Amino acid sequence: METLSKPMETFDNLFLIIAHFIRGLFADPQSVWANLTMSIINFIIVVVIVVLAALILILLERKVAGWTSQRPGPNRLGPRGWFQTIADALKLMGKEDITPAGADKFIFKVAPMIIFALPMMTLAVIPYGNGLAPINLDLGIFYFLAISAISTVAFIMAGWGSNNKYSLLGGMRAVAQMISYEIPLLFSLLGVVMITQSFNLGVIVEAQKNIPFILLQPLAFVIYIIAGMAELNRAPFDLVEADQEVVAGPFTEYSGLRWGLFFLGEYGNMTAVSALAATVFLGGWQGPAILPGFVWFWLKVGIIIFFIMWARWTFPRIRIDHLMHLAWKVLLPLSILNIFLTGLGIYIYRLVMGG
Amino acid sequence: MTIENTEELLLNMGPQHPSMHGLFRMVVNLEGETVTKIEPKIGYLHRGMEKLAESRTYAQFIPYTDRLDYLASPHNNWAYVQTVEKLMGVEIPERAEYLRVIFGELARIASHQVCIASTALDMAGWSAWSYAFRDRERICDMYEMTAGSRLTVNIMRIGGIIEPPAEFWPALKSFLDDTPEMLDEYNGIFFGNEIAQGRLKSVGILTKELAENLSITGPVLRASGVNYDVRKAEPYSIYDRFDFNVPVRYGCDSYDRTIIRMDEIVESIKIIKQAVRDIPEGPVMAKVPKVIKPPVGEVYHRVENPKGELGFYIVSDGTTKPARVRIRPATFINLQMLPIVSLGWKIQDVVAIFATLDAVLGEVDK
Repeated sequence: METLSKPMETFDNLFLIIAHFIRGLFADPQSVWANLTMSIINFIIVVVIVVLAALILILLERKVAGWTSQRPGPNRLGPRGWFQTIADALKLMGKEDITPAGADKFIFKVAPMIIFALPMMTLAVIPYGNGLAPINLDLGIFYFLAISAISTVAFIMAGWGSNNKYSLLGGMRAVAQMISYEIPLLFSLLGVVMITQSFNLGVIVEAQKNIPFILLQPLAFVIYIIAGMAELNRAPFDLVEADQEVVAGPFTEYSGLRWGLFFLGEYGNMTAVSALAATVFLGGWQGPAILPGFVWFWLKVGIIIFFIMWARWTFPRIRIDHLMHLAWKVLLPLSILNIFLTGLGIYIYRLVMGG
Repeated sequence: MTIENTEELLLNMGPQHPSMHGLFRMVVNLEGETVTKIEPKIGYLHRGMEKLAESRTYAQFIPYTDRLDYLASPHNNWAYVQTVEKLMGVEIPERAEYLRVIFGELARIASHQVCIASTALDMAGWSAWSYAFRDRERICDMYEMTAGSRLTVNIMRIGGIIEPPAEFWPALKSFLDDTPEMLDEYNGIFFGNEIAQGRLKSVGILTKELAENLSITGPVLRASGVNYDVRKAEPYSIYDRFDFNVPVRYGCDSYDRTIIRMDEIVESIKIIKQAVRDIPEGPVMAKVPKVIKPPVGEVYHRVENPKGELGFYIVSDGTTKPARVRIRPATFINLQMLPIVSLGWKIQDVVAIFATLDAVLGEVDK
C-alpha cells in the first residue's frame, strides 16, 4: 500500500512540487520577488486555462451538437476533426476588424475585452487541487459572484456601443435576464456557506471530504445549474444572442478577433461556472485516490459542461416572460426555502449533537 | 430626472434575417419587446411566373411551377397539369392517378416535416430540426430515384407521370414502416417539450371567424376548427376512393397549427398505404398530342397543397401558349393573418407565429 500510494501522492502534488522548486531558485523563498514571480506564473496558467478551455470546448460543443442531432460534426481537419478549432481561430484572426460608422467607438472596443477578462479573474480563485488555488481568497464565492456580475455591464456596453437595434434589444435582454438570475444563483450558494461557515472555496472543498454537498443540497444544485445556464446566456436561456430573433444580439456588429474574444469569454465563463459548481457541490478535487486531485476536478467540470451543452442542443429557447417568471416566482422562492431548510437542518443537527 | 416621452422602436426584420423563411421582410413597431404594429413587405422573390407562362408552351411551364412552393413541388406540377388536362378533356390512366397520389402525399409529408423542423428551429430547437430533415432526406432520395432531382422534381406530365424505377417501391415501404417511430421522435424532442409548449400554446390566436373572413386555407384553417379540405370538399383525382380523415383541431393557437401537421402526416401515410395496395399495372401516360393545343376556353382548378388551397386559372386562346395564367397561392393568402394575429405578442412569438404559417416565399411572391 505504501509503495502504491507514494507515486500517486507525488503526482497529486506535482504542481506544488514544481512551485516549491521555482521558489527554491530564489535566495529567500518567501521574498517579494519570489511571490511576484509566482503570481505572474499563476496568471499565465489561468490565461492558458481560459484559452485552452475555449479551444477544446468549441470543438467539444460541435461534437456534442453533432451527437444530439445525429450528424458527424466537424470531421475533416486532422484526426476526426480535432484541428477544426485551430483553423477557425486562424480564420477569425485573418478577418477584417470592422467598427461600424455610427458606433460609440470606445465602448464598442472595450466591451469584448471586459468579457474576456472576467473569466480569468473568476478562475483565479478556484482550487484546482489540494492547495492549488492560484489565489487563496477568504471571500472566494463572494468575489466570484461579484466579478461575474460585471459581465452584464459588458453586454449592455456591446449592445449600446454597436448602434444597432438588434444589438440594443439583445443588450436590454441581457440586463433583464442576468440581473434576475444573479439572485437565485447567489442564494443557492448560501446553503453551502451556512454549512461550512466560510466563503473560502478551499475550506468548502475540505469540508466535502466525506460527503459532497450535492447530496446535502440537491435543490440548491439544481437551482445553481439552471441559474448558471441563464447567467451564461446558454440555451435554453440564450435570449441575449437569439439568432432567430435579434440576429446575434450584442455581437451582431462584431467581426474578426473582437468577436473571437466574445467567444473566448463565453467559453471561459462556462468553464468558470462549471468549475464553481464542481467545487461547491461535487467536492472539487476530492475523490478516491485512484486519480490525482486535479484530474478529478477537471472530470467533474467536464461532466457539468457536457450537461450544459447537451441541454443547449436539445431544448428550444424559452420565452422572455416565462424566463422572468421562472427566476422570480420559481427559483427565488425555492432558493429561499432551501436556505430555510438548511438553517433548520443545522439547528436540528446542533440540538442532536449538543453543539 | 423625469422620463420624457418614450418612443417606439421601428425594427426592420428581413429580407436577410435568420428566421425570415426566404426573402420576407416585416417592419415591426416595438414597445419594449411587445409588437404594436407589423407591416409585411413581400416581393423580394417575385419572378413574374404568371407572365412567364404566357411566353411558354403548356408543357414548358411545368418546371416553372416547381419553383412556386419548392417544398412540395409535385403538388404544384399536379395542380397545373390537372388544370391543363381539364381544359383539354384528357382522361389519364389509372396507374398514373395512383402514382400522382403517392407522390403528392409524399410531398405533403416532406413539406410538413420541413414545417415542423423550421418551427422548431425558429425556437432554437436545433436537434428537432435535424431529426425532421434527416427523415425528409429519404423522401428526397425517392424523388431522386424517380425524377433525378431532389427538390424541384418536375415529375408530372400533361397526361401522366414518370414511372418510378423498381427500387422505389422497397424504399417507400421501408419509409412507411419507419414513420410511426419518426413521429414518436418529433413528439419526444419537440412537441412534448415543456418549453416548446409554453412558447406555442395559446399564442397567436386565429379565431374561426377571422380565419374564414381572411379566406385562409390548409392546416392553418383546420387548426382553427374549420373542417375544410379540398380533397374532401371537391374531390379531385382519385381521392374519393381512399379512406382518410381530415384532422381538425380547435385550439386556434400556434401549437395546434404546428401539431396538426403531425396528424396530417399520419393521414397521408394511410392514403399512401392504400394507394400502394390498390395500384394497378398499366401505362402511366395518356395519349396526348405532341403539340398541346387546348381548345379556346378558360378553366379553374384547385388542389389541396400542403399549405392550403392551390389554384390555377388558365385562359386558352387555342394556340400552343396560354393566353393568361393566374395562380392562387395558399401561403400568400394565409400570410394576411400575420399582422392581425401578432399584435400584442412579443417579438419571439411573432417569429414562432410566422413559422407556424409555413410560408414559402416562392409561392408568396410567385
